Amino acid sequence: MSDSPAPTTAPPASPAAPLRRPRLFSRGAAALAIFGLMALVPLVAHLSDDPFLTVAFTRILVFAIAALSLDLILGYGALVSFGHAAYVGFGAYAVAILSRHGITDIFVHLAAGIGVAVIFAVLTGAIALRTRGVYFIMITLAFGQMAYFFFTSLSAYGGDDGISLRGRSTVLGTDLLAHNSVLFYVTLGALVGLYLLAAAVVNSRFGRVLAGTREDALRMQAIGFRPFRYQLAAFVIAGAMASISGVLLANQAEFVSPAYMSWHRSGELIVMVILGGIGTLLGGVVGAVVVLLLEEWLSVFTTHWRMGLGLVLILVVLFSPKGIAGLFERLLGRGK
Amino acid sequence: MTARLEIRSLHKRFGALAVTDGISLDIAPGELHAIIGPNGAGKTTLVAQLSGQLAPDSGQVLYDGRDITHMDMAGRVHLGMARSFQITTILHGFTVLQNVALAVQARKGSSFRFFGRADAEPALNAAAIGYLRQVGLAERAGDVARNLSHGEHRQMEFAIALATAPRLLLLDEPFAGTGRQEAEQLLALMRQIKGKQTTLLVEHDMNAVFALADRISVLVYGRIIATGTPGEIRANAEVRAAYLGEEDAAC
Ligand SMILES: Nc1ncnc2c1ncn2[C@@H]1O[C@H](COP(=O)(O)OP(=O)(O)OP(=O)(O)O)[C@@H](O)[C@H]1O
Ligand SMILES: [Mg+2]
Repeated sequence: MSDSPAPTTAPPASPAAPLRRPRLFSRGAAALAIFGLMALVPLVAHLSDDPFLTVAFTRILVFAIAALSLDLILGYGALVSFGHAAYVGFGAYAVAILSRHGITDIFVHLAAGIGVAVIFAVLTGAIALRTRGVYFIMITLAFGQMAYFFFTSLSAYGGDDGISLRGRSTVLGTDLLAHNSVLFYVTLGALVGLYLLAAAVVNSRFGRVLAGTREDALRMQAIGFRPFRYQLAAFVIAGAMASISGVLLANQAEFVSPAYMSWHRSGELIVMVILGGIGTLLGGVVGAVVVLLLEEWLSVFTTHWRMGLGLVLILVVLFSPKGIAGLFERLLGRGK
Repeated sequence: MTARLEIRSLHKRFGALAVTDGISLDIAPGELHAIIGPNGAGKTTLVAQLSGQLAPDSGQVLYDGRDITHMDMAGRVHLGMARSFQITTILHGFTVLQNVALAVQARKGSSFRFFGRADAEPALNAAAIGYLRQVGLAERAGDVARNLSHGEHRQMEFAIALATAPRLLLLDEPFAGTGRQEAEQLLALMRQIKGKQTTLLVEHDMNAVFALADRISVLVYGRIIATGTPGEIRANAEVRAAYLGEEDAAC
């Protein structure tokens, strides 16, 4: 850890300013830099005449949203959900199934995806949150796989093979999203919006209670909180956010399959969060970028690219428990 | 007058071991009641049952005449029961101020608020600073809790308990591990709240116990072998044999 015990001669901290503003500001600056760079991608794609770049980065942004939502419960609630990809799937299938029946509006897709995600999160969360540690991991994994097999068995919607979309979602009757760059900026907008939302939540009263349950659930009970309620609410919020990424993923790929929901995907989301920096929000975003770019590049050289990714993960965790975000904070001399 | 806390033939076993073996006890409003007893006597286990952390096998706990035997910990806290832990239980990654402010937050308004910085709520911070001042820890408010010394952690435990605005304090060895100066500060603080605050004090520090307690109960092997004023307890031959003698020898 970078924080060393405070020397007793240190000037007393002013009680009026316990907010650690500077660090907060630097996070804001980092977020601005990352999102600002992202916004340039379609421009670069245009200049380099490589339209694939925009589509590829849309996918990265989609997973950044999913990883961000996972960090909310993983980083701030210490809830290691191994079934988070299921929620991405709910959003994706909301697009596929509704479109199939002629309902193509993205707002309906979003409402349906979020609705299913919320119901599933309430039901499975209420059960999973009765357990701790490894049991929580196993039971969320089991529920995730249940969802996976459910959609595998839906032969009317492609079953195992998945289903191609006839087109992207419409926006109030227009086919705006048909343009790759529009879909890109809509996805980036969603990511920025959800990042700001998540940042507000973790700093709110609710977020402080959630972080408290992560630190010590017994202490929280002893001052009058019932951790279960707050953990369940966080679980539901994270699921709903992930389903939004699913709606966008279906649009990016114009194809939906149960593979989106498999435990591999859930594991990959966890890797993104840990690699990027657990409990930093921005870390999930960075993790998604790094993992997916590594996947892209490493898979060119070898089919065993996952091994390369594993190696990178081990190195990062060994040298910076707070992931890439922690590395940057140390390099820039933040902390205390 | 109804007792603030009434314990009726409480029983708790861990396997073959009867850790709480038929304890009955009344604590009057405003009383400072100390519980002493050798290591492993079952003091912490008793406190755990009173605070709702552990369920007794049988018996009842009444609070202001109301049966709370089956109420959970958070429910009891909202009725005004506060507990400090023998083994320091704090949020190590939070600042000292945040630790205490969170206890204030628990009783001031809803915590299902998703917007607005909790750290910037003046009402919570001002109240928290007040409690920290009371225990002499205000100048450490901005420090991360894990960086504090053991004695300071004990003071924090106390501030957190006070911040729940209790009507009954359950203190499990608040003096354990405090340095001399911290112990004196704590003793002064306990003197201050004595008479205003109803307190159950589990403590090994005999100086503190005999200086503070209105009444003392002696717990040995899960049973209360004597209850009385400090004078009565000091004079009690059975207590001397079972406990005090051994304590004197040790010191
Ligand atoms: N969860 C548990 N399971 C089994 N045995 C336990 C448990 N908790 C405590 N015990 C045992 O019960 C007995 C009483 O423990 P307790 O912690 O209540 O004692 P205590 O009076 O607080 O002791 P000390 O003065 O050392 O704090 C001990 O023998 C202890 O080993
Ligand atoms: Mg004990």
